[in-house]
This record gives sequence, structure tokens and C-alpha cells, in this order.
Amino acid sequence: MTQLTMAKSINEGLRRAMADDPKVLVLGEDIGKLGGVFRVTDGLLDQFGAARVIDTPLAESGIMGAAVGLAFRGYRPVVEIQFDGFVYPAFDQIVCQVAKLHYRTRGNVQMPITIRIPWAGGVGAAEHHSESPEAYFVHTAGLRVVAVSNPQDANVMLRQAIASNDPVVYFEPKRLYHTKGEVDLDLDLADAPPMGLARVAREGSDVTLLTYGAQVATAMDAATAAEDDGISIEVIDLRSISPVDYRTVAASVRKTGRVVVTHEAAREAGVGAELIASVTEQCFNHLEAAPVRVTGHDIPYPPAKLEKHHLPDLDRILDAVDRVLDRPHSLSGPEWSSPESGRAATVNGGML
Amino acid sequence: MTMMHTLTPTAEPATNVDDVARLVGPDGGRIAHPDLDPWVADIDADALRSLYRDMAIVRRIDTEGVALQRQGQLGLWAPCQGQEATQVGTARAFRSDDFVFPSYREIGVNFVRGAVASDFVLAWRGEAHSTFNPYDINTATPQIIIGAQALHAVGYAMGITFDGADQVAGAYFGDGATSQGDVNEAMVFASSFRAPVVFVCTNNQWAISEPVSVQAKFPIAGRAPGFGIPSLRVDGNDVLACLAAMRWAVDHARTGGGPAFIEAVTYRMGPHTTSDDPTRYRDKDEVERWRQRDPLARIEALLRAEDAFSDDFAREVADESDRWGADVRSACLSARTRPAIEVFDDVYAEPHAGLEIQRGQFAAYLDGFAAEDAAQGGAR
Ligand SMILES: Cc1ncc(C[n+]2csc(CCOP(=O)(O)OP(=O)(O)O)c2C)c(N)n1
Repeated sequence: MTQLTMAKSINEGLRRAMADDPKVLVLGEDIGKLGGVFRVTDGLLDQFGAARVIDTPLAESGIMGAAVGLAFRGYRPVVEIQFDGFVYPAFDQIVCQVAKLHYRTRGNVQMPITIRIPWAGGVGAAEHHSESPEAYFVHTAGLRVVAVSNPQDANVMLRQAIASNDPVVYFEPKRLYHTKGEVDLDLDLADAPPMGLARVAREGSDVTLLTYGAQVATAMDAATAAEDDGISIEVIDLRSISPVDYRTVAASVRKTGRVVVTHEAAREAGVGAELIASVTEQCFNHLEAAPVRVTGHDIPYPPAKLEKHHLPDLDRILDAVDRVLDRPHSLSGPEWSSPESGRAATVNGGML
Repeated sequence: MTMMHTLTPTAEPATNVDDVARLVGPDGGRIAHPDLDPWVADIDADALRSLYRDMAIVRRIDTEGVALQRQGQLGLWAPCQGQEATQVGTARAFRSDDFVFPSYREIGVNFVRGAVASDFVLAWRGEAHSTFNPYDINTATPQIIIGAQALHAVGYAMGITFDGADQVAGAYFGDGATSQGDVNEAMVFASSFRAPVVFVCTNNQWAISEPVSVQAKFPIAGRAPGFGIPSLRVDGNDVLACLAAMRWAVDHARTGGGPAFIEAVTYRMGPHTTSDDPTRYRDKDEVERWRQRDPLARIEALLRAEDAFSDDFAREVADESDRWGADVRSACLSARTRPAIEVFDDVYAEPHAGLEIQRGQFAAYLDGFAAEDAAQGGAR
């Protein structure tokens, strides 16, 4: 075990995967001499050479499309997208090619591509540098989508993603790059929990709090704070958001009967919507209260000075917890009301 | 190296269609070309007949495809009549272990690569997205997203370089595709990494209803040098010129010269697809002008002038073409739709818990029809 930052832990994971398999190569912008803008690929160029650590032209679709061709040829490309907001030019290649080629060729062509994305907000970044695009990818069949929350998972799940014969979108929370944690660099992948398994980050009995990525830390803080009020929160770090480990989720919901989901991404048609729909379908009889989401607002990511109002914080989470426990709550605003008249409803834009 | 600072050259890509390298004129006369001739020095009458044969079969497959669509057997067909010389000539320059990334219209390319009858129809019939295993004929699944495959070819070619192999990758796309970011990004990547890839732009004058002049204000082959990629603009209805140019390009890539670019200037005689109505956007005269340049008639004329096109040969080719037509038809009509539950197959290479749940639910739903199906003697 060693104390490592998440950035270093991912770096070690890449190094290990490249050393173990000569078919693994990394490509992206500034990943060579510079070692990536977050230094995640630091030192790899020296160790593995320019044919395996490839500084590419500034063209995201180009990077992703070239990775597709390399996968056709039997390589296992690890693509670094420099920032979350720059994955969109590559979206076509990811959704139409990376995700579908295995299906389209009836299993003859595999796309073992890992797409690393420095992800989400909370670091005071410029526009387009704090996006949470995970729902776009979760909605696409053929992709696996994971989000890491600690240095150990970051290392092991990256190695698992690279070893997977499926394409994996691998989200790295930027605001955790410098947080340290214990990492076992030699953990055998066969002994590690599978990439698709959720982790019960903290056990509790009153409310299930579902989350992933950097938001896990906020959820843990909320659980600690709630303890003072005698409320016991179970925090589940989903780790994988496609597929979701519904066994672990359902076991918790059956125990607590109450569900709060929190993520930074906007609410509408987000991962939280999917989680709650599935939980409601499968565990309705165990629910004591309607599940509640705590998410980013349905707005473009706000300027850095305002981002704290967008990111779900302790108070918004605790407010939702009060709500599912039917305790007095203040922040969640009014319930959806019945329309006064049909006309008002239309003017309102169709409030239910 | 110096760079000339000149005004941007202009030429109309749509009207300069005769500004092309050719070895056989529209009347079938052999034309000498100092750069191209050496690449086809081995092509005797026999070899020329074999090129003709391939083009004739491709035309027959294409005719059958259109007919099957008109008869309601195929959902759609993208005809290639008029483009046989481009497709057969260029594809013949590859080695079988080279890897080719075609678009949806490359019937002749797939034929040369070794596609079998069912490979031409099952996708258009809606039975599968692709039919051949790409690794069986070293040819990727036909690509529908315009231009995407150009990047796949470059990535593949980068892999060839990393492997120290001497294969070549090829990408086929249309004139419309050259407006796409992916094709331009592919040229940047290919040039920067000196990837052994050959781009073949089939300039058939139209992108559905948009003339090439909407995509380009200068002949498309003129773009490649701006990326540092040598290019040739050839008569796409001259199979010999296509073969020669492509042999040059493939050799250039195979021997470490990096990428090369061929623009084959040709014409799509039919509609864009069977859903298209070209009378809405192009005039009869234009089509008739291009009919005078027919790639098959041209080679027939050349062979006849050399007394190398006998009635026996014509009959052999007609018979073989008809056999292909019949095979394609029977492959289409005998297609059997896979069981419904198989829609879940191959979405992932490894088990995916979320999909497993859905597969289970759908299987249970299908089971509900078991008794009914048994009574009707079928299964869904
Ligand atoms: C990204 C994308 N945009 C639009 C289309 C719809 N579309 C199909 S074919 C076509 C025209 C393509 O023209 P060109 O590249 O010249 O090739 P051609 O069909 O003439 O062989 C268009 C617009 C598509 N398939 N993909």
C-alpha cells in the first residue's frame, strides 16, 4: 500500500496496463512531453516511446476515429479527452462507431477503447471545463460508463477498463486529482471487485443516498452531519453507471425504504431520473416515501464564481433527506401543484 | 524547402471534368501517359478482359439490387452504375492483406475484396447491419456516416506502422464527404503520422442533390497537397487509369512514402438511392453526356480494336453475370430473419448486467407466445 494522489494513481494504472500488454497505447492532446494537462500521463513517453504515447493533432473526432482504426487492427487504445467539454466533437465517433461496431459486425470486431475524461466541476475552471456529460453516454448502448471516487478505485478500475473488451467511458473527477489515498498498486485484477459493482461507502439504516464520482465525498459529509440528528444514512458509491449494480442498490432500498440520489449533472433525463425510475419499478413496495433527486440545475454550467450554487452541497442533500423522512424541510420549494385551470397550465408551460 | 506565395488558384470542379489523367479515351483509344503507363505495363488483353469481367458482374449485381428493391424485397439500394471502373480499378491495386474501409456504395470494391452474394443484400434487406466478417475479406463494414471511415483507415494504418508491417489501408468516400471534418482530420492525421493509407475520393458529381460545386471550388485532388499528401486526379470511368493511379498510390504508401490521395472523376448514372428522384435536380443532357463515357463500353471498344473481344467472351461474361444476379436474388429471397431475442446479442463483448435484465424480461414476454407459436407451427 502507498499513499498516492488520484492523478498519480491513474498514472500508475496506465503504466501497469501498458507494461502488461504491448497492445495498449495512449493517445490525446499534450499527453507526451507535457504528460497531459493534469500530468496523468507523466513519464509514459519516456518509458514507452512515441509509438505508444501519441501526441495527436488537435482534433477530437480524429483522435476517436483513429482509435477505432487502431482497435480494428488489434490495439487497445486509451484516449485522453483533455476536458469534459471537448468530448462533443468526438461524440459522433463514440456513439456511431465505438459503441456500435461490435453489434454491427455481430461480434467480429471489438472496440476495447478506454475514453478517459477529466470530468465535472468544483475547480473554478473556465467555460466548457466543468461539464457532466455522463447521461449522454449512459443512454448509448454498447458503452460502459464508470466514474471513480478515490485513488484505489481509480487505479484498479482503469486497469479493468483497459482490459475490458468493451469500450469504457472512464470519468475522472478533476476536483479529486490531488486528493490522496491508500493504493495497492499490485492488486491482482482477479481479486479486485469487478468494475460494475457498487460499493457501500457507509452503512446506514434510515435513508439510501446514491451517488458517484466527486459527489461521494459530499454525500459522506452529509451522512456524518445527519448523524448528529440521529439519522443513519447509507451511502452508495455506484462506481459504474452503465451498468448500474441494482442488486446492491435494491438491497439497500429494501433496508431503508427511502432514497435520495445526488449528482452534479443537470436533472432532466439525467442518471438520477433513471435510478429513481428503476428503483420505483423494482422496489415500489419497499418505499416509504417518494425518492428525491439533488442535482445540478437545468442550466448551462455557471461561471466559476457561481458554481457553488449549482453543485449539490451538504444542505441541499440534507434537505432532501429531511424530505424523504417527512421531516420539516425548507429548501426544496413548493410541491408541484394542480393547475388552477387548464389555461393557466398551458401558460405555465404545462406544470402538472 | 520554399513555399510559393500565390493567389489561390481557381478551377471549377464540376466543369473541369476532362482535366484528368487517362489511359483510355471515351472512344476506347489507348492514350499514352508517361507517369501512369509503367504501372500497367503488365496489363495484357487477358488482364484487361478480367477487369471488364469484374465490371460487368458488378453492373449485374447492381441491376439486380435495384430490381429487388423495386419488387419490395429490399428496403433500399445505393446504385453504383457508372462507377464500376473507379471501384474495380482501384480495388484491384490492393493486396488481399491490405485493409479497406468502404462507404455504402462500394459494391465493386466489396466484390473485388471477395464478398459473396448474400453480403450485397442482407443489410439493405434489414436482416443485419453487416454481413461479412471484416477480417474474412479485410474490408470493414460499409459505412453510412459520411466520412467517418477515413479516420478508421488512418488509425488502422498507424497500427500497421507500429507493427512494422508493409500493409496498406484504404478509405473510400464521395465528393460530398470531403466537406466533413472527419475527412479533413483524417488527412491531418495521415500526413502527421506518415500513415500508409490511400484515400479514394469517388467524385461522382453529386451528393444526393448537391452538385460538387457546393462542396468544392477547386478540384478535390488539389486539396490533398495542402495537407502534404500527393494526389492524382484520374478519369474514374477509365479502369486502366484507375488501376494505374491506385497502384502508384498503394506503392507510395507501402514503401514508406506516407498517405496518397486519388480523386476519381466519374458519374453516378442512377439515383443516389432507390428513394431518390434525380430528375428533380439534374438534367437529361448531363446524364446523356456521361453515358457517352460508359466505363464498360470503353474497354469493350479497346478490346475490339485489338481483336480481343470475341462473341464467346461476351457470352461467358454474360453467363457469369447472370449467375451472380441469380445468386444475389436467391440470397435475398432465401434470407431468414433471426429469432427476436437475438437483438440483444453482441451489444457488448462481455456480459452487461443492465442488458441481461432486459433480455430476461423480453425472453419471458416472448415465452408468453410459445403456445400460440406452437399452434401456428412457428417461432418468433
Ligand atoms: C454524417 C452524415 N450526414 C448526412 C448523411 C445523409 N447522406 C447520405 S449519403 C449523402 C450524400 C453523400 O454524398 P457523397 O459523399 O458525394 O457520396 P455519394 O453518395 O455521392 O457516393 C448524405 C447527405 C449521412 N449518411 N451521414
